Amino acid sequence: MDALLQPVQDLLGAAWVPVWTLVKIFAIILPLMGCVAYLTLAERKIIGWMQVRNGPNRVTFFGIKALGGLAQPIADGLKLLFKEIVLPSASSKTLFVLAPVLALAPSLAAWAVIPFNDGLVLADINAGLLYIMAITSMGVYGVIIAGWASNSKYAFLGSLRSAAQIVAYEIAMGFALVTVLMVSQSLNLSDIVRGQGEGMFANMGLGVLSWNWLPLFPMFIVYFIAGVAETNRSPFDVVEGESEIVAGHMIEYSGMAFALFFLAEYANMILIATLTSIMFLGGWLSPVGFLPDGFHWLAAKSAFCLFFFLWLRATFPRYRYDQIMRLGWKVFIPVTIVWLVFIGGWMMSPLSIWK
Amino acid sequence: MMDFQTAVFFFLSAILVAASLRVITARNPVHAALYLVLSFFTAGGIWMLLQAEFLAIALVLVYVGAVMVLFLFVVMMLDINIERMREGFWANLVPGLIVAGLMLAEMFAVLGAKYFSADRMPAPEAAAAGYSNTKELGRLIYTEYVYPFELASVILLVAIIAAIALTMRKRKDTKFQEPAKQIAVRREDRVRLVSMPAEKD
Repeated sequence: MDALLQPVQDLLGAAWVPVWTLVKIFAIILPLMGCVAYLTLAERKIIGWMQVRNGPNRVTFFGIKALGGLAQPIADGLKLLFKEIVLPSASSKTLFVLAPVLALAPSLAAWAVIPFNDGLVLADINAGLLYIMAITSMGVYGVIIAGWASNSKYAFLGSLRSAAQIVAYEIAMGFALVTVLMVSQSLNLSDIVRGQGEGMFANMGLGVLSWNWLPLFPMFIVYFIAGVAETNRSPFDVVEGESEIVAGHMIEYSGMAFALFFLAEYANMILIATLTSIMFLGGWLSPVGFLPDGFHWLAAKSAFCLFFFLWLRATFPRYRYDQIMRLGWKVFIPVTIVWLVFIGGWMMSPLSIWK
Repeated sequence: MMDFQTAVFFFLSAILVAASLRVITARNPVHAALYLVLSFFTAGGIWMLLQAEFLAIALVLVYVGAVMVLFLFVVMMLDINIERMREGFWANLVPGLIVAGLMLAEMFAVLGAKYFSADRMPAPEAAAAGYSNTKELGRLIYTEYVYPFELASVILLVAIIAAIALTMRKRKDTKFQEPAKQIAVRREDRVRLVSMPAEKD
């Protein structure tokens, strides 16, 4: 590979580093966008099957019947692309256009520090976990600005709900991650994964039992549920609760601007699923000793977590707003603090398994 | 030809100065708050340039991710009458100018004096290869400065509790949901089976 790239490197000279980084960024973003598109199809199909119906099964490639439904995301995308973007006359124009961009950009920027395999990461920075927390916390601006700039009461109510909800669940999420970094003794995501591949069970060839999900089980559950709430997914989707405030912050948006919010939502879902896999489910590590580690494990684990997102949506009715706040502040935060102290005590005791 | 770091510094500084100016000149308070967000973010970039990555990320995480969200939350709900806000301009101008002049004098005293100029300060040693900003900061906070740090955290906790205690009002007519009670309900508590003789006509 290096020998193959050497002539290109010589040709570009000083421009090589930015060009090569751009190539890497495209290599992450383009498949991610593909995943986002097909996640929407998977969602409709899976929820369809759960409700004993077929889901989308008409739009197909080249008229091949067996591929029915597979072209649906592309058709949806094209349709939205060609629709007019209506600017409400009393809106704050610049912010109205800026909001969808601000919603999507953080969910893409966070992928810079995600390790896909041992050593396969765009930016292997020391403070990777902090970077993720800082960048994902900025996603809320897209929603808030969209709600305010639309100059519509429904949109505004949606953005207020979102601001309160995201700030509330971010604390529980942060505490859950603090326990992870305590047991890994590192903020580097690659090191967090590597740390999960060591220990008694990993030496016995049962890596699945040495991952963080077992000793940090309550944190694993809290992190995942808080992740569902952070991405405004059902049953925590009061931000866009159709029966109450129509489409919440997105109500005035149309065409591709509207689609950008959906891209952001699904990109965030994939991000949370991947992060859950990295923090608690051992990232690229193989669950058993006799199978090789690799990216396919991370993909499989993320897909498993994503399935939970869809499953939750098909199963639970929407939470009431005060119940969401109660769950965040009165249940999750105390649980995380108790487990944080417990893990701290465990690590200091002679019984510590993280030596 | 300046080096890359200097170019980035000037780029970020230009954004920072422009955004800070807009914070005080923007007519709309929401726009002003958003410019403040931009200036925090750019300041984080400048700190990152100084290789203080923990502080830079903490600035973005705390101020951009949490404080300004709540700030915007409040500012967005204000019903501001621009006309009425302009009324006291001339009356407030003199005290405002005095405060501004004082602040300017303080800044001159600190930044203009020779004692603090850059050539008086020894250049910091270059960081070692495996140097972790976060680890170093954590070590200092939890060993050498543990008492001031814990003291500050206790004061903050007291402030939080005091703020809640001062503003919390218990309304008599509010209805609360008690999930523990709801879950603990048994069939016997709610349903009573009554044995009645069948009616005969």
